[in-house]
This record gives sequence, C-alpha cells and structure tokens, in this order.
Amino acid sequence: MPESGAARLERVFRDAGRPLFVPYVMGGYPDIDASRRHAQILAKHADIIELGIPFSDPLADGPTIQAAGQAALDSGTRPSDVLDIADDLRDGPPVVVMTYFNTVIAQGASEFLGAAAAKGVAGIIIPDLPVDEATEVREAAREAGVALIALAAPTTDDARMAEIGESAEGFVYLVAVTGVTGGEMTMDDRLRALVDRARRHIPVPVVVGFGVRTPDQAEQIGELADGVVIASEIIRRIGDAPDARAADAAVDDFGAGVADALRS
Amino acid sequence: MSVNMRFGPYGGRYVPETVIGALDELTEAYERYRDDPDYLSELGVLLGHYVGRPTPLYRARRLEQAWGIDEGLWFKREDLCHTGAHKINNALGQVLLAQRMGKQRIIAETGAGQHGVATATASALVGLGCRVYMGRTDMQRQRLNVIRMRMLGAEVHPVDAGSGTLKDATSEAIRDWVTNVDTTHYIIGSAVGPAPYPEIVADLQSVIGIESRAQMLEETGRLPGSVVACVGGGSNAIGIFRGFLDDADVALVGVEAGGEGPSGRHGASLAQGRPGVLHGSYSYLLQDPDGQVAEAHSVSAGLDYPGVGPEHSHLRDIGRVTYVNATDEAALSAFLECSRMEGLIPALETAHALAHVRDAASSLRAAGPVLVCLSGRGDKDVDQAGAALGIDASA
Repeated sequence: MPESGAARLERVFRDAGRPLFVPYVMGGYPDIDASRRHAQILAKHADIIELGIPFSDPLADGPTIQAAGQAALDSGTRPSDVLDIADDLRDGPPVVVMTYFNTVIAQGASEFLGAAAAKGVAGIIIPDLPVDEATEVREAAREAGVALIALAAPTTDDARMAEIGESAEGFVYLVAVTGVTGGEMTMDDRLRALVDRARRHIPVPVVVGFGVRTPDQAEQIGELADGVVIASEIIRRIGDAPDARAADAAVDDFGAGVADALRS
Repeated sequence: MSVNMRFGPYGGRYVPETVIGALDELTEAYERYRDDPDYLSELGVLLGHYVGRPTPLYRARRLEQAWGIDEGLWFKREDLCHTGAHKINNALGQVLLAQRMGKQRIIAETGAGQHGVATATASALVGLGCRVYMGRTDMQRQRLNVIRMRMLGAEVHPVDAGSGTLKDATSEAIRDWVTNVDTTHYIIGSAVGPAPYPEIVADLQSVIGIESRAQMLEETGRLPGSVVACVGGGSNAIGIFRGFLDDADVALVGVEAGGEGPSGRHGASLAQGRPGVLHGSYSYLLQDPDGQVAEAHSVSAGLDYPGVGPEHSHLRDIGRVTYVNATDEAALSAFLECSRMEGLIPALETAHALAHVRDAASSLRAAGPVLVCLSGRGDKDVDQAGAALGIDASA
C-alpha cells in the first residue's frame, strides 16, 4: 500500500521544521509545455506545488487567475494534460491540484480522483466545495489516497473552524482576505488573530494564501503559519515577461527569493 | 418554517467558504421574516400600491382564434408590473430583507436588464446603493435598460469575461459578494444560485401562481388545462408553477431557448444539458465532457444562460413539468403576432412561451384552457427585435 497523499503532505510539514513554500502554477498557462517547465523550475524551491486545472467559471478567483485559466482553456488544455504535468513532478515535492467542483464531478469524483492519484497527486483543493457539501467527495478522495484540502476564511466562525478541523487532512488552506485571489493581504492584528484562531481549532498544518505578493509578506506569514501559497503574483510575472526564457527566469528568481525568505 | 436547501438531489451551496456565513445569515433572516407580519405587510403594501398587484388575467381572444385554442388562451399580465416584468416581485422582497439584515449595499446580476432595473428601482425606493453587473454583449442588446438603471441611480458594471452575457455577469456579482459580504446583500434575479436563493426567489415569485389560480377559477370556474412559461433561470416559471404543482390535472410546460435550432447554439439546459455545478447549485447545465461550462445562445438575453434553477431540474426528473424549447425564429414571429393581434408587445423571453403555445396549440387545447405567464413587456427589445424583423424608424 503506497503512502497516502495526506501522509505525504503531513510528512513534508513535519520534516521541514520551517514554514513551507507552496507556489501555484496554472496548468496550460501560457501553454502546457511552459507550465510544465514553470512547475519544474518551482519544484527546486518549493515544498509543495499547487497545480491549477483551469475551469471556465472560477468563482473564487480574481482577474489574474481568471485570465490565465481562460488562456489555458483557449489553447485547448484539458484536465488530463494537467495531471500529466503532475506525473512529471513525481521526483519533486508533492503536488496538490486546485480545481472547481464541476471539473471533478464531470467525469465522476471517484474516476477523477483515481486518475489524479495514478499521476501521483497528493491532494486536491476545491474552493467551491465547502465542508458541509464535501462528505461524498471526501470518501472518494480517501479511497483514492488523495487528501481533500479544506479551506477556511476570515468569515468562518469558531464552530465551523472546528468542523473543518475535524475532517481535515494534509493541511488546511486559510484564506487571508475576505475576497477573491489576486488582491493584496496586509499583515495586521486581524490576520494574526485569524491565523491564531484557525490554529486553535484545526489540528493539521495551516497554510495561508490569497493576496500574498512578496518574499517579505511570505516571511511575515511564515512567522505565524505553517506555510504560504503564492499564486497570482507568479502568474503576473509570467505574463509580464517579454518572452518564454524571461518568464522562466522570472519564475526561478521569484521562487528562489521566497524560498530564501522562508528559510532565513 | 425551515427553508428548502435541496430539490431532490439538486441545489446545495457550492460556493467559496467566505460566503457560507452570509448564506446562513440570509437563511436565518428569511426563516424569521417570511411569516413576520411587519415584513409581509410592508411587502404587501408595496406589491399593491407600487407594483400594481394583483396583475390582471387577460383573455387573448384574437390570438386564441388565430392559433385555434377554442378553450381559451389566458395571459397572466406580469408585463403590467411596475418596471415591466415579474422581476420586481423578488427585488422588493429581497431589498426589504436586506434592510432588516442591516446591509448597506445591494448588488445584482442582470441579463435582459429587467432584474437590474427592478433591483435598481427597489434600491432607490429604500435608499440603498446599488451596483448591477451586466455582460457587455447584453449592455449593447438591452441598451434601454442600461440607461434606465443609470437613471435610477444604479452603477452598471460591464463584464467582459466569457461571452459577456448573464453567466459572466453572475460570476462577477458572486465575486463582488465574496469580497464585500459584510456590507452587501446580493439580490439574485432568478431561481438559481446557492441555497437559500432558489427557494427565496421561488417563494417571492409564487404570488404569480397563487393569484392566477384564483383568477382562473373566478373567470372560468375551472383550472387551466396547461400552464406555459419561459425558462432561463426559471423565476417566472417557478412562480406560476408553484400555484399549480398540487393540481395533478394541470399540465405544466416550461419553454427554454432553442436558439438557432437543433444543430446550432441554444440555451436549453434541461433538454440538452446534464447535471453539474454552476453559480453555487447542482442542476442541469450545458457543459463539455470536461465540465467546462458551455456558452449558451438565445436572441433573448434573459434566456441566454447555460444553467437553470435546481427546482426545475427536480420537476423535470420527476416528470411534473415538461420542458420544451422554441427557437429564436419562432420566438420572433410570435413576438410580432402577439404585438399585432393583441396590441401587446411581449418581452423576447416571453415570446418563447407564446411560440410554443402557437406551435403546440393542437395538443395543448385538448387539455383545456391555456394559461401563459406573460412575464414581461418588450419595450426593452424594440432595438433588437426591430433589427431582426426589419422594422426601423426611417422616414
């Protein structure tokens, strides 16, 4: 019996002894090969890779990830193409895929999760599947050996934090801002209190994301939480690069910068 | 009384965690106020003196003759509601709820602009700020409603994503809500979205069915043989159907957008979609094999939506309602016939229901009188329908 995704993820947190860096790559943006390259470059710096499967109507995403997902779909990216990228990352850090619920149920949750597990995927984040709707998918995920990563938000009250904590596997993704991806978080007392509250109710590691843009912000979050996700900022840097080589270099530089900040 | 969260397997709350608290709050507020005498009396006064309810039941004698419906063709005149469609029934009910929840800001999505106008109107009435999300394509084809919303003091926010239609406007409204959930109430315009919205909207629109059932009995001494309504998200349809769900002998027919016809693009989620999740609920959905939501198409912006309300999905599966469709072309010709034979210019959405009544007249009349929800008037459509029908203002 291979090690479950949840166990692999939890082991990474345990072994690191420092906050983890979880960069996001949108599969298929700007095209499949480039996103595979970006994921492989980031794998040198990252502790976990979050790999996005594009969806046509991403409700939790701001303009940057929306546009990247649309570009990926426009160039013909399919879920199986993105899972193939995960397959190519088997020797690197564990991969957690991020996609929306309809992508998962379109082919059946068990089939989708089974296919993901076969490609070495350790976990899945489904931002439009709140804890009270997740029972069936969680069972299918356990069966497949893929951790269903729950999300918690600033608007999640204590009772719900505890409910999320009860069934949590791998880690919990704590949304830093009341809003969609791609905004800008500010490290203030409110965010400190939120992370503190999440950690009190949630027994697994807590990773913070949404609106984290700089190595400094990552470092500040690292002082409170078990890890930090950076997504839109990486996509923005890829989009701003004049050509593919510059995009690769931008991803490498940024990944190295954040990794250094979290190791210091 | 607790609020329905599911209709059979359909419905649910597939939304980001951030808004779950607000959905709980809305559910609690609705449970508390739906039977609250002050709320009901305030809403009742507005429906009577501001909207113009009860709306009349009208017998369309010339169309009845032309289409061969001897048993009678009756229109429930929601087109006479203030602002021109049934959408105001829901907008007022929800804005009064928003006030009671202490919200300072209203947002809405709109396709044809009727819900946007209704929400802008209700917001102006109670003095709340209002922003309406509208796809850029729809802003062009429903230009007059954009101007009306702006005159009413609402901010109309163009949405460029996707095809610039109702689906994209709804996604953007939900993102706004996720970001401003503490201060903002989102008034969804159709019987779609995460629970409790489909139940709230259906409940607020059920006045259409309750009134028309009583009116049919009063006017004809019997119930209609069939009730026909157009279905985009399905709010006017669920509103009128709710008056007749328990009357097993009354056939209920929902008419979706057939668009370009069998081989072309369309908006017929119930006929040609399969269940999936869009905008927070599990329901029939136009999608590709990977679950990517397909772009719908209809000449009418209000039916140009790849999803449908979850209660309709359930009513389809249990066979209580029959869902059919009417093409753009059929709707446009029915639009013109209704205008010229009854002096009623219907909304293009409504014209789909009329087209079905015309094209299926022989089977419908066998069941008895036909009741159509005349859900809205077509003032908003004169630019677009005129262009399609070759009617303009040239001297």
